[in-house]
Amino acid sequence: MKRKWIILAMLFVIPAMLFSVSCAKKAVMTEPSTTDTSAADEAARKAELEKKQAMERQKQLEEERLAAERAEKLKAEAMQRDMMMSKNRFLNENIHFAFDSATLDNQAQELLKQKAMWLRDFPDAKVVIEGHCDERGTNAYNLALGERRAESAKAFLVNLGISGARLTTISYGEEKPLDLGHNEEAWAKNRRDAFVLE
Amino acid sequence: MIRRRLMLVMPVLLCMLLPWPVVAAQYNYIDISNPFLRKTPIAVPSFKADAQNPSAMAAAKAASELLKFYLDFTGYFTFSDPTAFLEDPQKMDITGSGIRYRNWTAIGAELLVTGGVEIRDGNTEFELRLFDTVKEKMLVGKRYRGSPEDDRQVARRFCSEVVFAITGSRGFFDSKIAFVSNGSGHKEIFVCEFDGSNISQFTHHNSISLFPDWSSDGRWIAYTTYADKSPRIRIQHVSENRAARIDKPGLQAAPAWVPGKFELAASLSFSGDQEIYLLTGNGKVIKRLTSSMGIDVEPSWSPDGKRMVFVSNRSGTPQLFIYDTVSNRVQRLTFEGRYNTQPSWSPKGDRIAYSAMENGVIDIFTINPEGGEPVQLTENQGSNEAPTWAPDGSLIVFSSTREGKSRLYVMTAYGTDQRRLLTLPGEQSNPKWSPNILNP
Repeated sequence: MKRKWIILAMLFVIPAMLFSVSCAKKAVMTEPSTTDTSAADEAARKAELEKKQAMERQKQLEEERLAAERAEKLKAEAMQRDMMMSKNRFLNENIHFAFDSATLDNQAQELLKQKAMWLRDFPDAKVVIEGHCDERGTNAYNLALGERRAESAKAFLVNLGISGARLTTISYGEEKPLDLGHNEEAWAKNRRDAFVLE
Repeated sequence: MIRRRLMLVMPVLLCMLLPWPVVAAQYNYIDISNPFLRKTPIAVPSFKADAQNPSAMAAAKAASELLKFYLDFTGYFTFSDPTAFLEDPQKMDITGSGIRYRNWTAIGAELLVTGGVEIRDGNTEFELRLFDTVKEKMLVGKRYRGSPEDDRQVARRFCSEVVFAITGSRGFFDSKIAFVSNGSGHKEIFVCEFDGSNISQFTHHNSISLFPDWSSDGRWIAYTTYADKSPRIRIQHVSENRAARIDKPGLQAAPAWVPGKFELAASLSFSGDQEIYLLTGNGKVIKRLTSSMGIDVEPSWSPDGKRMVFVSNRSGTPQLFIYDTVSNRVQRLTFEGRYNTQPSWSPKGDRIAYSAMENGVIDIFTINPEGGEPVQLTENQGSNEAPTWAPDGSLIVFSSTREGKSRLYVMTAYGTDQRRLLTLPGEQSNPKWSPNILNP
């Protein structure tokens, strides 16, 4: 950084010095002479060269500045991407439950801790926690079970310091399966809490 | 429109009794322990009409066919083959004095229905009788007057008389069934007659609507709907544009009207825990009925309204419990299996039907409210859910996946005579049988 400043200062100082020198000479030498002319030519050429060099440096500096800007932009984009990714992770990563259970296992708790981090980063975000069940069982009981699943996630997040006012719950029971299959794989996917921004 | 017209005719029908007194049954025609095990053979010859009068002939034929259909629906009867009849239905005497009983006992009929149809001054008169061919006596005699299109109503009225004469109960011929169907792509509440006919859509929320339940007078249906985003109960008038809501946050599930009262029970979670509350028909909380951490859901009332069976997971798995409103005591009812839900208390009071899940398959059982061994009614035919009793406790409608899609089926209280109730696009679930509705 410092060097840049020095270079910049030199750029202004050197031509100024040269200019003042040539002026002084003009003022002293009233009679033109060949040697004097060649010296003046030499000085002009030198000045020209200096000017060219200065311009080149200017160009180089400009390029450096653009490169820095580009890097800055890329960084911002990357951050944006990270934000989107963390938001998508927050929204897309469901937490899962065992059959006829609203208990949060280790994996569910880990995911909820990540979600709490995201909620802390975005304090204006309001979230609906949807509790869902698999198709097995009967629908009134599953409606009640889905609510307990949503409520246990909410209670966990509140314990981690997230304001309960930002979290609402709704149960869909077995009404909105994610996977329409009739096997354990599908059922496991469907026993879930989903997170939706309000 | 049709209903309104019938309402005008109904009082006339009801008052048009013949001068003969109804002879009450002196002994049990029906085996009380299981009336469906040995069905009673009955002969229903085509009703007599003036052969010169085509509209009378048509009405006679339609009415006798309908009567047979409704009698068959009860599950109590087998029908004598008309080709075996020794009498010509259009020539025989249909009054008590001229019946040749031996011609009916000879073909195995223990009961005989005779009917005559006459058209007078634009009115159709139906003259219907039920005979005990073994005892050689008339059990029921009725005359009804109405328009020719009233054959449906006439057949039901008389059927109710026949069932009353042989069982002592009025049957279910003035009842309806509410259920959920998703043919439109959304779960909506539908209503049909007890026999699955005359289907009409009751809700148009384009949302998810579940758990319909009829008030005792048949004027209101309470149900849970997501029409306002969250699952909330609506108490909606059947024919007028009136509805009440419950002003509480959280889940509002599975309402159940108290017999004979404008009150209902439902599971609400506004306290932070799901509990069953007693509510007015206008949706105001009267009091809390359950108090235990965990799921308390799906109430169903005993016919006297003093006890309530419900589902709770307080012992770890969903099981049936009975709450006694008089003693305030709660007792566990089911102990077998790990998933017993959807209780439905018989209007006769003697049994509670419910569904039990074993190895992912759900089947229907009944159990004595005082406890004891459950009796399994469905087996090896898909999953069978959501039993609901006819108002006389003789039949059960339920949903089943036996043909793939979930559809509605009907069976006797003993699990016999299982058959499909209706066919509709989409899937049907959550059936709920109404009480007999005399003035809909």
